[in-house]
Amino acid sequence: MTHGARRTWRLRLYVAGQTPKSITALANLKRLCEDHLAGRYRIEIVDLVKRPQLARRDEIVVIPTLVRQLPPPLRKIIGDLSNQEKVLVGLDMLPARREA
Amino acid sequence: MTPAARRRKREPAKRTRNGQRPARRPLPKAPTGISGLDEITNGGLPRGRPTLVCGGAGCGKTLLAMEFLVRGAVEFDEPGVFMSFEETPDDLVENGRSLGFDLQQLSSRRRLLLEHVRIERTEMTEAGEYDLDGLFIRLGHAIDTIRAKRVVLDTIEMLFSGLSDRFLVRAELARLFRWLKKKGVTAIVTGEGDAGRLTRHGLEEYVSDCVILLDQRVLEQSATRRMRIIKYRGSAHGGNEMPFLIDDHGLSVLPITSLGLTHEVSTTLVSTGVAGLDGMFSKKGYFRGNSVLVSGTAGTGKSSLAAHFAEATCRRGERCLYFAFEEAASQIARNMRSIGIDLEPWMRRDLLRVHAQRPTALGLEAHLVAMHRHIEDWQPHVVIVDPVTNMTAIGSDTEVKAMLARLIDFMKMRQVTALFTSLTEGGRAPERTDLGVSSLMDVWMVLANLEMNGERNRTIQIVKARGMAHSNQVREFMMTDDGFQLVDVSRRLDGSVTIGSARGAQQRQGGE
Repeated sequence: MTHGARRTWRLRLYVAGQTPKSITALANLKRLCEDHLAGRYRIEIVDLVKRPQLARRDEIVVIPTLVRQLPPPLRKIIGDLSNQEKVLVGLDMLPARREA
Repeated sequence: MTPAARRRKREPAKRTRNGQRPARRPLPKAPTGISGLDEITNGGLPRGRPTLVCGGAGCGKTLLAMEFLVRGAVEFDEPGVFMSFEETPDDLVENGRSLGFDLQQLSSRRRLLLEHVRIERTEMTEAGEYDLDGLFIRLGHAIDTIRAKRVVLDTIEMLFSGLSDRFLVRAELARLFRWLKKKGVTAIVTGEGDAGRLTRHGLEEYVSDCVILLDQRVLEQSATRRMRIIKYRGSAHGGNEMPFLIDDHGLSVLPITSLGLTHEVSTTLVSTGVAGLDGMFSKKGYFRGNSVLVSGTAGTGKSSLAAHFAEATCRRGERCLYFAFEEAASQIARNMRSIGIDLEPWMRRDLLRVHAQRPTALGLEAHLVAMHRHIEDWQPHVVIVDPVTNMTAIGSDTEVKAMLARLIDFMKMRQVTALFTSLTEGGRAPERTDLGVSSLMDVWMVLANLEMNGERNRTIQIVKARGMAHSNQVREFMMTDDGFQLVDVSRRLDGSVTIGSARGAQQRQGGE
């Protein structure tokens, strides 16, 4: 099992209103989580249009940005998450073959 | 399309009630408060629009941008947001301190907001399409938080290294500049140039109103900073390079070339400080605001003549600023006392200030700026530069000449009478060695030691004096305990003037 696999993943998706990219990103994220982390994930959506002060606090420049808060370390993925492979690598979501 | 046509397109002509077109307004401007910059831009940067400030590393972009914000906040009641893509707020505060600005205090008073945007490619994975809405939101929020009127983006080109999609970044930047205009903030965007390009990523394509290029180069071991307004739509600007200085007061630009030749001409006169010499000018002295050049080889009495002039100035109760490039103030005072000129009382009464400095201590521009600053601060009536030739130690002749022209224009504007001494190399005609600066001068006098018949005699002649007649004689003078004394003219029967022992002999023979 990959590290933290048993724990619940906490993911935060930063969007700016209901833009096509944001909607696509959320749909892509949900599908990935269902496929790989079923039952062990929580997604929080932060709409920076409503809470602009969080953009500074969390150092967000690009929209959409996905942040993996747990398990550590913190990881950032930008884009609408349509490149599934890169998301999996970026989040370290794939089972590590060495340990399998 | 002409600039005027572009402006009309941007601002559709409104008609007033009586159906007439209003007079075309000049582009509104936001003063920077930076010494000299507002003069060369005729009032500041285009208000409500972005200005690009570019140049190589270390040329002063960030400091210029910072001063623009600080002065805006302090002097013009326009709070500002500094969005930095490189330096952290701590670094910025530290930099600000070197200019004498307290950014922390301004931040806590909500006159300034420092926002650090860190974008590191290695820390992010790109997976799909994105945009820079996050940046827009941050900037917008920062602007709204302190009701900012001014914004600095330093340097936004970092986005290109942080994100892989160059086309996207370019499109987003274009959107950002449109958005800034819509927000109505006056912005400075910095960009770093290299290899002959203004900015690495062509930011100049997005900024159509005003582009300023900064430059720092090392000439003969001294660094000089220059600024050039490359573009300023709808506004007259000199395309010349202006020297500028960064010191603990911030930036100063020398708005020299914008001065032109429009200064007032004075008809009041000031004494040369030597009675006999006054008599050689038909108006009995120099015109106020004149530039006087005194040239001669070593030991011909140039500094003494300058000291006489300084003393006469102080006697009138006027202020005299003496730039000494060879001697310390105390040394000048001692030397002059030996010929009966006591400068110390005037120094004590603060009518005479001596700024002694080795010319090589600063770059040429830095010297000029420092001199400007002293003149502006103290408003002297008379300025003495002794000797101006030492400036050649730090610049080429053409540079010295250009620098002098600027200094002279600047002083003429202020009706400051200036005396420059110039050291002529022995064996060369003064006309050849005076850097060609004599053409800038209103009055030119040449001092010489004439060797003949086994003796050296001091002579003075007026080569030119604009606006008045003057003696054409080469006069003999002596350096006595009472200073500079002109000797009465003695003529031979054929009309030629005699000097030295020959004069004595002639006088004994009962000549004139």
